[in-house]
Amino acid sequence: MNDRYLNRRHLISAMAVVAALVLLGRLFHIQVVDDSYSRFAERNVVRYVTRYPARGMIYDRNGELMVYNQPAYDLMVIPAQTTEMDTAGLCDMLGITRESFISRMEAASSYSRLVPSLFVRQLSSETYAMLQETLFRFPGFFVQSRSLRDYSLPVAAHLVGYIGEVDRRTIEADEYYRPGDYYGISGIERSYEEALRGTKGVSVYMVDVHGRRSGSFRDGAIDSDPVPGKDIVTTIDLELQAYGELLMQNKRGSIVAIEPATGEILAMVTAPSYDPSLLVGRARSENFRSLQSDTLNPLFNRAIMAAYPPGSAFKPFVGLIAMHEGVITPDMRFECAPGYRFVGCHSHHLPQDLPGAIMSSCNAYFCQIFRRIIENSSFGSVSEAYSGWNQRLHSMGFGSRLTADLMNELPGFIPEPAYYDRFYGEGGWRALTIISLGIGQGEIMTTPLQLANGMASIANRGYYYRPHLVRAIDGEQPGELIAARVETGIDSLDYTHVIEGLSRVVHGGEGATARHIALPEIEICGKTGTVQNPHGENHSVFVAFAPRENPQIAIAVVIENAGFGSTYAAPAASLMIERYLTGTVTNRWREEHILNFSTLAADEEEY
Amino acid sequence: MKRSINIVSNLDWFSVALWLTISVIGWINIYATGYDDRHTGIMDYSQQYGKQLIWLLASVVVAAVVILTDSRFYHLFSYAIYGGALFSLVLVLIFGKEVNSSQSWFEIGGISLQPAEFAKVATALALARYIDGRNINLTSTASLLKSLAIVLLPVALILLQPDLGSAVVYAAFVFVLYREGLNPFIFLSGIVVVVLFFVAVIFEELYSTMVIMAVAMVGVALMSRRYMMTLTLAVAIAGVAAATLLLDRAAGFNIGADRALMAGAVAATLLMVWYNFRFRIRRCMVLLLFMTASIFYIYTVDYVFHEVLRPHQRERINIVLGVESDPLGAGYNLHQSMISIGSGGLTGKGFLQGTQTKFRFVPEQSTDFIFCTVGEEWGFLGSAAVIVLYLVLLMRIQYVAERQRSVFSRVYGYSLFSVLFLHFFINIGMTVGLVPVIGIPLPFFSYGGSALWAFTAMLFILLRLDSERRSRLL
Ligand SMILES: [Zn+2]
Repeated sequence: MNDRYLNRRHLISAMAVVAALVLLGRLFHIQVVDDSYSRFAERNVVRYVTRYPARGMIYDRNGELMVYNQPAYDLMVIPAQTTEMDTAGLCDMLGITRESFISRMEAASSYSRLVPSLFVRQLSSETYAMLQETLFRFPGFFVQSRSLRDYSLPVAAHLVGYIGEVDRRTIEADEYYRPGDYYGISGIERSYEEALRGTKGVSVYMVDVHGRRSGSFRDGAIDSDPVPGKDIVTTIDLELQAYGELLMQNKRGSIVAIEPATGEILAMVTAPSYDPSLLVGRARSENFRSLQSDTLNPLFNRAIMAAYPPGSAFKPFVGLIAMHEGVITPDMRFECAPGYRFVGCHSHHLPQDLPGAIMSSCNAYFCQIFRRIIENSSFGSVSEAYSGWNQRLHSMGFGSRLTADLMNELPGFIPEPAYYDRFYGEGGWRALTIISLGIGQGEIMTTPLQLANGMASIANRGYYYRPHLVRAIDGEQPGELIAARVETGIDSLDYTHVIEGLSRVVHGGEGATARHIALPEIEICGKTGTVQNPHGENHSVFVAFAPRENPQIAIAVVIENAGFGSTYAAPAASLMIERYLTGTVTNRWREEHILNFSTLAADEEEY
Repeated sequence: MKRSINIVSNLDWFSVALWLTISVIGWINIYATGYDDRHTGIMDYSQQYGKQLIWLLASVVVAAVVILTDSRFYHLFSYAIYGGALFSLVLVLIFGKEVNSSQSWFEIGGISLQPAEFAKVATALALARYIDGRNINLTSTASLLKSLAIVLLPVALILLQPDLGSAVVYAAFVFVLYREGLNPFIFLSGIVVVVLFFVAVIFEELYSTMVIMAVAMVGVALMSRRYMMTLTLAVAIAGVAAATLLLDRAAGFNIGADRALMAGAVAATLLMVWYNFRFRIRRCMVLLLFMTASIFYIYTVDYVFHEVLRPHQRERINIVLGVESDPLGAGYNLHQSMISIGSGGLTGKGFLQGTQTKFRFVPEQSTDFIFCTVGEEWGFLGSAAVIVLYLVLLMRIQYVAERQRSVFSRVYGYSLFSVLFLHFFINIGMTVGLVPVIGIPLPFFSYGGSALWAFTAMLFILLRLDSERRSRLL
């Protein structure tokens, strides 16, 4: 047999021998020469101490600090390393009972006997000081430092959200988390959790049988530094936010302000609210429970979760659709009886054109143009015309979620044709059946955020940017939010007529519904709304943007059970606009009027 | 009856004894990892050691069946077996059970089978059959490519699962190809490229560069026997590096000592080109060129790794290579493994006395990291004994392979040798931090039926072929 490569067997044998020798050499080194492993084996155990990164800070749009960190200390335990000790002494120091000690120990053991578990969270500074001196008497226990949230002002609780301990499901879904870790549960803390949390580091120590650190394992060769979380700059104007919350004290409702040119949310007030620092620290779970059981429901974010019929504030959008569908021209006038069929109107008699109808909020006008929209013959049927109206509303930002970074946002409600089919049977409904939609009543539900966004789209004359809360993460723009410009599809010329009407609401003559909120230097375009509330006093609504040219702010104010829109919501909006655009408020009487007003019964005011 | 007597008397009982010894020692260590106060009986089938005992007995049956099968069967049906193996690898992608996010197991009546393990046997048979063919010459590109295709087809399917560990093992067949005529330059370059890749990712460039240079200098000294010249080269490297470093300090670019050394390497290579004209020592020049190329290769890998790859891609590779810096993550296994082995000392803590392994610090304790138990409980002496046992088995298999008269049997024998060798080196190497953490079992030793049966079948096919080496040429 001819085997030309017979000699090659030697190299192959040599490689096997060399490989075995390399393994033997390595084993000899780590088992016999390097005694750091053996030392560890005889007396020491290695302890992995997680080094928590500082959570990213949250700033407002002007660089004002909103949320920062405060140090806290947790007592941790590794059950396998505990031995006979002065349990009573430890219980005494921690202020817990023997039973509580045993149940905590069992809980820790059931997770793992070898991995550190949280034993007592957030020690008081006195306990921490005491423990530091005596901890060596309690093998298996050690203190881990971490950071808690702190807030520069007791405002914007719903926006920033809160953090809390991770639950088991989250731990299983994401390897990053260990029991006892904190993560964002709501608001920005949740939406931007990954940016805010940073990367954990670890220090590996050798610990002797008494639980004392006897040095760094392998001189820190495998230690790693934590990487701090990224700082977030929000779109919020903290001062405006705080002012809005002040105005809304003792009321139920919401204020949302948006910068039309960018979609940046300037302020998002919900009332009643709570002090965010209530949900930090040892009292957190207790406070959370009491907030949860509070009848005023302060945990409910009305700005994005509460849906109201928009009332008359909806009329500008009805006008836009009518013009877009070509069923009216802006100078067409419609009779007011006063009122139209079974819908009443105020005591004015002149037939109005579009700007005039917006100014005087003429119900008859909008009922009639709504009827024209729904009975538009260029659509095949009422149902199809209604579908067209529906689509138009969606493209103006109603009926679906608007934001990318507010997790709890609700879509409001714009009924589909099928909704009315179910009620009245297919073909069993006409424009008159649903005529109250034309004046923003009936089944339509919008959130305050959607109303503010709708005003932004009018201010922009035909488009809006998806409302968002974050401007920059660690100095970088989160691109996908900025890019999301949405066109309403309605001609910008149509907007000028509506804007003229909105301006006359505040600056017009006889019959203007909100003349009393006019500001000396700033042209406000707005619309009042009074939302019929079958359960009690009507809701007061005002939507606006300002100034008319080059608009800086679009706003929606909803105050529940406050009656006419012009009485409370409109002055509140005016105050917010003035405060944002000029930094001060000139009309003290107007401010007092809002501040002193309360819709909460005296016994409810404590929260 | 005569045939079977022949088989018995011709069987390589030395190999059988080694196989049995290693398997039993493996089981003892699996027993040690599973042992605690509650489970003391060795027949406790709820425990891994109880199941492994059954699988050990089953592997004896496997061995017997393989031995009693006519050896012509393996030659005749090698391609059919290979086809079947490929088919099962496709099936597992469709019907397999997903474990640890890779779909590589069949579950049939409570028994889990890993087709990738058996595919190794089939690949060895098919490769042997192919190279055994007429006019096959691995120096020709066509033959080489076809041989490679036989090896890479199952690799591609295994990577789809994805099971990187099982796929890596197929690199072992390069030894077989080398033995059968693969260009040695390709063979050695391949090995160097792989080794340097790991070196570049795992170690600091400064140290890797220095080691490569030292090796090159020793090589030049030995080959040229011009020690003054070598010294001059070394001084040139150091001098140019130091000068570069000083200049850099002054200029403020801050390129670092490692890159300064690169300048030294370039300088030394240029110097060597000049020496080459004077002394005609071409091989030394090639060596230095090789050195410089290696250093640049390391930097390229490092650059691609840190600058070009995106963080998540880097992380994935890091995890595969086990160099994740987070000791709570992938690196955790490795540190715990080294602690338990290192704490064994010279003589070990004694049977069932291991604390690190008992505490289940090390994951995959009984499968991929079974060697930790050996290291901890039996110390350096025990570990060395196991390594020597494997080395003796490897040498014996090579010896058996070399004494075959048919190319088919020899290639097959070398395939077994190579696959066993790679499993052995990678598995133990990763427990002591020499090799990236690649999850593959230690043959005959780790817990699990599939690998045990596949390796047993693979060994006994060779023994069966060997038992007839004198009576017939296949
Ligand atoms: Zn009217």
